[in-house]
Amino acid sequence: MNLDIFLQQVPDGDGAWWQMLASGLQWTLLVALCAWIMAFVLGSLVGVARTTETRWLTRCGNAYVELFRNIPLIVQFFLWYFVVPGLFPAVKVWVTTLDPTHHQVVTAIVCLGFFTSARIAEQVRSGIQSLARGQRNAAYAVGLTPLQAYRHVLLPMAYRLIIPPLTSEVMNLIKNTAVAYSIGLTELFFRTREMGEMTFRYFEAFAAATLVYVVIALTANRLMAWIERRVAVPGYIGGSR
Amino acid sequence: MGDLDFEVIGRVLPYLAAGLQYTIQLTLVAAAGGVVFGTLLAMARLSAWRPLALAAAGYVNLMRSIPLLLVIFWFYFLMPVLLQSLTGAERPPQIGAERSAYITFILFEAAYFCEIMRAGIQSIAKGQAGAGYALGLNYWQVMRLIVLPQALRNMLPVLLTQAIILFQDVSLVSLLNVTDFVGAAVKVAQRDSRVVEMYLFVAVVYFVLCYSLSAAVKQLQRRIAIVR
Repeated sequence: MNLDIFLQQVPDGDGAWWQMLASGLQWTLLVALCAWIMAFVLGSLVGVARTTETRWLTRCGNAYVELFRNIPLIVQFFLWYFVVPGLFPAVKVWVTTLDPTHHQVVTAIVCLGFFTSARIAEQVRSGIQSLARGQRNAAYAVGLTPLQAYRHVLLPMAYRLIIPPLTSEVMNLIKNTAVAYSIGLTELFFRTREMGEMTFRYFEAFAAATLVYVVIALTANRLMAWIERRVAVPGYIGGSR
Repeated sequence: MGDLDFEVIGRVLPYLAAGLQYTIQLTLVAAAGGVVFGTLLAMARLSAWRPLALAAAGYVNLMRSIPLLLVIFWFYFLMPVLLQSLTGAERPPQIGAERSAYITFILFEAAYFCEIMRAGIQSIAKGQAGAGYALGLNYWQVMRLIVLPQALRNMLPVLLTQAIILFQDVSLVSLLNVTDFVGAAVKVAQRDSRVVEMYLFVAVVYFVLCYSLSAAVKQLQRRIAIVR
């Protein structure tokens, strides 16, 4: 193992290999962050829809979750990247005006956003359904509308309860950004492989990427644990500490 | 939208079927191997001997914190080197991505199966193992005859759900140019420029398979739940 390789210049680029990996890491984190925001909003809406008493809304929510859960992520990437522009001329026209990198980034965010939203919807639903029935009834009894009941009673409780599974979804999302390599996005894994291929120093390149992913996972884990402690509900098992 | 040609699928169906067969084969082998190795890892994690428990925990946490794609490429490039040092051969043996994928997925999935089996083992009342020891059984007998059969049974729906996830994850080997189901579709899509048709077809097949499988698992879960 020779660490000098990271300081060596990239043959046809500016900067050393470590800078190349760092620029890949930036895309990884940017895509993960944007996809998380999108997934959190969409997933909450769909999760809430699945707990309402409106039959068709529940059905649509269930179908949404099944759709994104039962197709492999890489196939979903291909669908968003190749099939959607191929089927809808308007999308194709818009996509051709984009810079190729931007097309890849947008695709990755949309794809991972929808994919992760289905998983968050599942967690939000189970969080809301794990609350005692009395909470919803109490909210209605004091005169809240269904919307207000979700906003002030059910969701604030449910979100706190599902922080542990949401933590693993954050980490899954970060790991899943590597699949964006399949559409050519120059994220961390893409750069790692590129470095291995061009320098034949696969061991060093992969070891560096492994270290970075482990550090990200640990950081995300600690961050979520901190949030969990901050917002813990007194009286619940997690909150009594 | 008018120039879609779904007949291309009929023409390449045998090729796609061969790919799907490889996908299923890899899934089954990796699931079986993963459960076995994962169970051993779970027993190691629960071991009273700290170094063993720590080593197993370290392995599981490492595998679970890096992307599967990275693991696939790690093994693809390192397996020949590793085998060379093990066998003492002069040159790294050529094993190919198709075969190295089996080992990769067994070792990777074992980390996930380990956590499931650990929960399963911990769900068995302590008194049961205690009763086994009181009868004079040793550790392996207690595990094999009392704890593991129950743990497996309790965790069967979760194990099968993980196997369905594995079935989807196997598609990532297509990025190593392996002709699994997705890999076969990619090759046809590029050769015949039938990208839209091929990927839609692949998505539909995966959806139908995974949806029916998870529906079957839910059914099974309900049946098992009544017995207990």
